Amino acid sequence: MPKDHGIGASQKRREDVRFLTGAGQYTDDINVHGQAYVCFLRSDVAHGRINKVDTAEAEAMPGVVRIFTGADFEGVGGLPCGWQVTDRFGQPMKEPAHPVLARGKVRHVGDPIAAVVADSLEEARNAAEAIVLDIEELPAAVNMKAALEAGAPRVHDDLSDNLCYDWGFVEDNRDAVDAAIKAAAHVTTLELVNQRLVANPMEPRVAVGDFNRATGDSTLYTTSQNPHVIRLLMGAFVLGIPEHKLRVVAPDVGGGFGSKIFHYAEEAFCTFAAKAINRPVKWTSSRAEAFLSDAQGRDHVTKIELALDKDNNFTAIRTSTLANMGAYLSTFASSVPTWLHGTLMAGNYKTPLIYVNVKAVFTNTVPVDAYRGAGRPEATFQLERVIDKAARELGVDPIALRRQNFITQFPYATPVAVEYDTGNYVATMDRLEEIADLSGFAARRKASEAKGMLRGLGVNCYIEACGIAPSNLVGQLGARAGLYDAATVRVNATGSISVMVGAHSHGQGHETVFPQVIAEMLGIDESMVEIVHGDSSKIPFGMGTYGSRSLAVCGSAMVRATEKIINKSKKIAAHMMEAAEADIELKDGKFSVAGTDKSVAWGDVTLAAYVPHNYPLEDIEPGLEETAFYDPSNFTYPSGAYACEVEVDPGTGKVTIEKFAAVDDFGNVVNPMIVEGQVHGGIGQGIGQALLENCVYDENGQLLSASFMDYAMPRASDVPFYQVDHSCATPCTHNPLGVKGCGEAGAIGSPPSVVNAVIDALQSGGHNVTHIDMPVSPHRVWQAMNG
Amino acid sequence: MVDVTMKVNGKTVTKSVKGNMLMTEFLREELRLTGTHVGCDTSQCGACVIHVNGNAVKACTMFAGECAGAEVTTIEGMANKDGSLNVIQQAFQDHHGLQCGFCTPGMVMSASALLKENPKPSEAEIRHYLEGNICRCTGYHNIVKAILAASGQDVSAIAAE
Repeated sequence: MPKDHGIGASQKRREDVRFLTGAGQYTDDINVHGQAYVCFLRSDVAHGRINKVDTAEAEAMPGVVRIFTGADFEGVGGLPCGWQVTDRFGQPMKEPAHPVLARGKVRHVGDPIAAVVADSLEEARNAAEAIVLDIEELPAAVNMKAALEAGAPRVHDDLSDNLCYDWGFVEDNRDAVDAAIKAAAHVTTLELVNQRLVANPMEPRVAVGDFNRATGDSTLYTTSQNPHVIRLLMGAFVLGIPEHKLRVVAPDVGGGFGSKIFHYAEEAFCTFAAKAINRPVKWTSSRAEAFLSDAQGRDHVTKIELALDKDNNFTAIRTSTLANMGAYLSTFASSVPTWLHGTLMAGNYKTPLIYVNVKAVFTNTVPVDAYRGAGRPEATFQLERVIDKAARELGVDPIALRRQNFITQFPYATPVAVEYDTGNYVATMDRLEEIADLSGFAARRKASEAKGMLRGLGVNCYIEACGIAPSNLVGQLGARAGLYDAATVRVNATGSISVMVGAHSHGQGHETVFPQVIAEMLGIDESMVEIVHGDSSKIPFGMGTYGSRSLAVCGSAMVRATEKIINKSKKIAAHMMEAAEADIELKDGKFSVAGTDKSVAWGDVTLAAYVPHNYPLEDIEPGLEETAFYDPSNFTYPSGAYACEVEVDPGTGKVTIEKFAAVDDFGNVVNPMIVEGQVHGGIGQGIGQALLENCVYDENGQLLSASFMDYAMPRASDVPFYQVDHSCATPCTHNPLGVKGCGEAGAIGSPPSVVNAVIDALQSGGHNVTHIDMPVSPHRVWQAMNG
Repeated sequence: MVDVTMKVNGKTVTKSVKGNMLMTEFLREELRLTGTHVGCDTSQCGACVIHVNGNAVKACTMFAGECAGAEVTTIEGMANKDGSLNVIQQAFQDHHGLQCGFCTPGMVMSASALLKENPKPSEAEIRHYLEGNICRCTGYHNIVKAILAASGQDVSAIAAE
């Protein structure tokens, strides 16, 4: 019988009740008494010189409190980048200034030029329209290749060119990789585009700044995945507010997918303006603004070469990628195409030599940063596509080619990563073949063909690297932050528990999952445990939620803190029962003395801690509250194998997903229902990337896909039911829960199998098509078939 | 400014509002019923679906004045009289049909309208009906499953837990 309690139970989510009844408290639901509203006037050209911003007429408009321009931010810091990449030649990346409001030039459509603060939003909008701009439009750098050519328009005048960095990894392998490719029996080459995407969480961003004149404290309510990171970046680097005078609150957040990790200009503006006008200031993004100001994702142009020996063993991989940074470096932009991408290039395979080259490019487009998977989907897509192409060129079964090259012994150090601790890629593939009924594919293809449809099967594997760490390693790689997390376990006098965590839940269900872990450890009911997150004034300094890190990193901190609680409780219980501490056992919420019938209840011990009348005060302090910081010794390495079956309508090129199966190894699983939901959502986004979504700029840098009418978000009718399985579990060896992380897997693992399936379908119909770039739209498929 | 009177979740309310005030703003700011969410500005996302005289509408497509005299139901009015989750809400919780919760009110309101007009919808009918409700978290799997379950259909054969 499935567990209904503790680790492994599919407990229903406690947070659902408020969300299902309209009682959630999202940032836009917060109104601070007396608040004013801000409307940002944003650039409508991709590149231009600001000659004049004339606000005189606008300032006289009704309701206007104050209008801010770039000049108001003289002496205020710019938005910082949190990761310094060192290039192939040992030089630091170029790091241009990123002002809160544009100064001198505008560099992308949507770049904020001025901000109108008014009594109402309508008045702010009206006044923003009355600002007179004199902007001299300049030629824009949009296409990455063109942006790197001599004489291309320069996004930043103070930089010599648009190249942010030219990164090589592993640079020392470069010559050996070249030689291995030259000597190979077969080399498969693939050039592809991993298109730009927009994260589009359903909740647009919101920021409410508040300043308390009595105390001098600033508060920012914001839609963030990591309130402490925002407090640190904004306080220390932008506005110069010490941590103890700045509180950042991220309440219920309506999805993030990476786009709410970063520190944005609007957050700094609202905090700054609230103090300047001595009044709370609120900004709510429209969806149109979200398209123009949320950091976007992916946007890589890649060439990958896979070398094989005469027995089809992989001998070398060489890749060359252009990665779009957009107009400015967003908070973690520089790390995505480098350390989160190059280190994944071995995938599930024992390829002895790998060299990854990435040139990061500034363009006059919205900044690009981490989006669900962040570098790892880009790595997986090129690797799993080139393997499929190689199998086809060599006339071998793509699954067999993968199996032949699988890493089978763990731990395993690839040429580009720290050590994979565990995995079982063979078992994962075996399970996929079983649940996806691959042996029945031929019959299903026949049935599709009888209807006049082409049917294809695509398979791929993936590995992920989650819980990015340890801090001393990432520090060497350029991270300007530690990547630990923290938890405080506060046991109250009557035995209930508040757990303050650095992780932030914006859909992941932490409020349900984290108590399951504590309940398991203490043998008490989950209802006695509550999670506190999202408020820097309540929680310890933690790094937030991204990179599938919450349970592996913050959950581990929570386990460590709970272990301290257990140790102290045992001391108290031993004193109460006049027994040796070593003889105390904790089971089912009861402390007992081994080999006797003596016991005290959990609540007796917790009460004693706070009413220490009969208490070993000479040995231990009263109270029962412990904090732990956890810095992992390694990444975790989830892995999986995915299969997709598509039907392609040869008359229209329309692709329909007929079957999708995912087998993931996440190590131990605390709440299977939630884990499966995470995989579903990731696959939905991966199918979105594979078939539908595309963020498109024209040659002038105008964003053509800037609304839900132009940017094809997946709808319910675009996707099937998914089969998901996580039964092949090899627990992580280096964290106390043996967990690996599941948030991004679906988005990483699904695009290649969809495209592999489409190519397979077209090939089965006699079309010699070897690649179609995503999104594999009907138009592109039809062109490929009829090209 | 115009005086607008309507019945919202069974309670009669009168407010003096500007003629161009959208129903989303009326509910969220005038009545502080913040369960109706705004996820786009082109009437695509469906996070603001409410019922007006029993019909599902996107609140961002109506002026408050247009609802004068109407009976309006929002997500805040969907639970059972005793405060417990109604059948659809309960099915969403039972089948993990929500993650971040932002699209959820619109999903529940749309699902409720669907089941009223089609008490036993097929999977395809549900997926088609949800054309105007975008969810970014769930991949729709558990939303569709929850609606099938709420309509009393057996979902035990659907893949996964």
